[in-house]
Amino acid sequence: MNLKSIYQEVILDHNRKPRNYGTLDNANHHAVGHNPLCGDRIDLALHVEGEHIDRIAFHGESCAICKASASMMTATVKGKSRSEAETLITEFREMVVGNLDLSGPHHLGRLAVFAGVRDLPTRVKCAILPWHTLQAALNSNAIVSTETAEDSIHAASSKA
Amino acid sequence: MKIVDALLDMNTSPTPELAARYRADFPILNLKVNDKPLVYLDNAASSQMPQSVIDRLIRYQTTQHANIHRAVHYLSEIATREYETARRTLQHFINAREDREIIFTSGTTDAINLVMHGYGRKFIQSGDEIILTNLEHHSNIVPWQMLAEEKGATIRVVPINDAGELLVDEYEKLFNPRTRFVALTHVSNALGTINPIKNMIAFAHQQGVPVLIDGAQAAPHMKVDVQDLDCDFYAFSGHKLCGPTGIGILYGKAKLLESMQPFKGGGDMIVSVTFEKTTYNTIPYKFEAGTPPIAAAIGFGAAIEYLSKIGLDAIAAYEHELLNYATEQIITIPGVHIIGNTRTKVAVLSFIIDGVHPHDVGTLLNQEGIAVRTGHHCAQPIMQRFKIPATSRASFAFYNTKAEVDTLVEGIHSIQKVFS
Ligand SMILES: Cc1ncc(COP(=O)(O)O)c(C=O)c1O
Repeated sequence: MNLKSIYQEVILDHNRKPRNYGTLDNANHHAVGHNPLCGDRIDLALHVEGEHIDRIAFHGESCAICKASASMMTATVKGKSRSEAETLITEFREMVVGNLDLSGPHHLGRLAVFAGVRDLPTRVKCAILPWHTLQAALNSNAIVSTETAEDSIHAASSKA
Repeated sequence: MKIVDALLDMNTSPTPELAARYRADFPILNLKVNDKPLVYLDNAASSQMPQSVIDRLIRYQTTQHANIHRAVHYLSEIATREYETARRTLQHFINAREDREIIFTSGTTDAINLVMHGYGRKFIQSGDEIILTNLEHHSNIVPWQMLAEEKGATIRVVPINDAGELLVDEYEKLFNPRTRFVALTHVSNALGTINPIKNMIAFAHQQGVPVLIDGAQAAPHMKVDVQDLDCDFYAFSGHKLCGPTGIGILYGKAKLLESMQPFKGGGDMIVSVTFEKTTYNTIPYKFEAGTPPIAAAIGFGAAIEYLSKIGLDAIAAYEHELLNYATEQIITIPGVHIIGNTRTKVAVLSFIIDGVHPHDVGTLLNQEGIAVRTGHHCAQPIMQRFKIPATSRASFAFYNTKAEVDTLVEGIHSIQKVFS
């Protein structure tokens, strides 16, 4: 699928009507993801009960790819266990950098539409930011940025 | 601003279609991107290279290359001669008094850093003030901040109005007895604004303050005469003038250059070296340490010859017509806003589309083969001034056509349709 049709069929739906958009009362995990180069900012809050992510919400300012990625991510991981979420984070990241063979086994489902961004390195960061933010929230890192050394995930700082 | 008034008066008289004559000189413009003909509207970031410059690089590399200023053999003499010829081409291009006032640098950024180290670190002290403007590219902000931090000096900033024009009255009010330096862009890369630098330079000189002009966005689009402007320093990059990357120049008045300390130390910038004492070379060599990008300098010279044949006045007039044509169309599209609305600007259109992030605009235009720049354009203070994270920017060159403007306008319409 080319990018224009991705925009038309999936991204715009989630851009216009983002799922799980807003804030969360009683969140026990929280992180903010930021791409200083384009101004994208995702504020993500989770309520994790035992091993399960039972509630999740996000808000922020971002481009359509980032917002759609966040929207679909929250819809997908809601109700999943931590370890299922970790698997999705890894698979999503591998997919958007072109390292995942989508014809093999994976758990991404509809998230596979984001495979198209691998041809646009400058937009990979937009798609991946919500997932980095999720990783940080699960680890209870306060802030992630796409512009830090090595990987984009900071060492743990404060508990949310 | 004589040039600009002349341009505005020209609106009625038709200018020759430069693109029709010169476009074929640029092989890269035949590319297809996403199965569409490339529409290259990112000229402010870097322009494309005509075949004659590509050929010049090949000729140098296949028949003339050796290191310069170092040997008596045939190739070294040829390479040295061609390199120095390029310097004189640049000298005449900006009407510098002498060729030793032209220093080859790796680009505008390098040239500004040279002045910061060579002039700023020697002459600017604690408590001194440096004037910049809200329109500067990061490369004319960060070096001065580094200097200010090191010396305990203060940066003062000339504000702009909603049209993206400098407030010259405010500029004049910033001067005081501690003002030591002004660093100012000739043309804003993010908005296209042409600043009234000649008057601003004259005002600074009345206070005895030297002025550096960042000419990266001006030199490609208008005739520049450094003696007429009376600027102390003028910097620009080859890759924005149809030349190679990795080369640019710093023009500086000979007296000032001579008073400055070297920036980088090494070979070529010395007369003699012992472990007790090194004697520096004369200008311009004092500031050209190490083996320079010889091929790039010669290619830069070839690019200047190419542009001079077309004529900078003709280029300015044609690009202005393109700008008017594009502005008239884009300004009438509901939900699209042009950032930077001064009448005195080069052919740069920075715009935002309501409800669509500039990065999505860039990606969707790219699907149509259209190359624009999206982001903060290395000018975050301008974005902060207009309270926006980013813009999309179409920047034109003389090889762009009105048909390409139409393609851009269609592209904007189709994005609005997708997002509606
Ligand atoms: C106004 C201005 N100044 C300085 C620069 C830096 O030029 P370079 O990256 O070639 O050193 C640019 C390039 O984008 C520019 O537009």
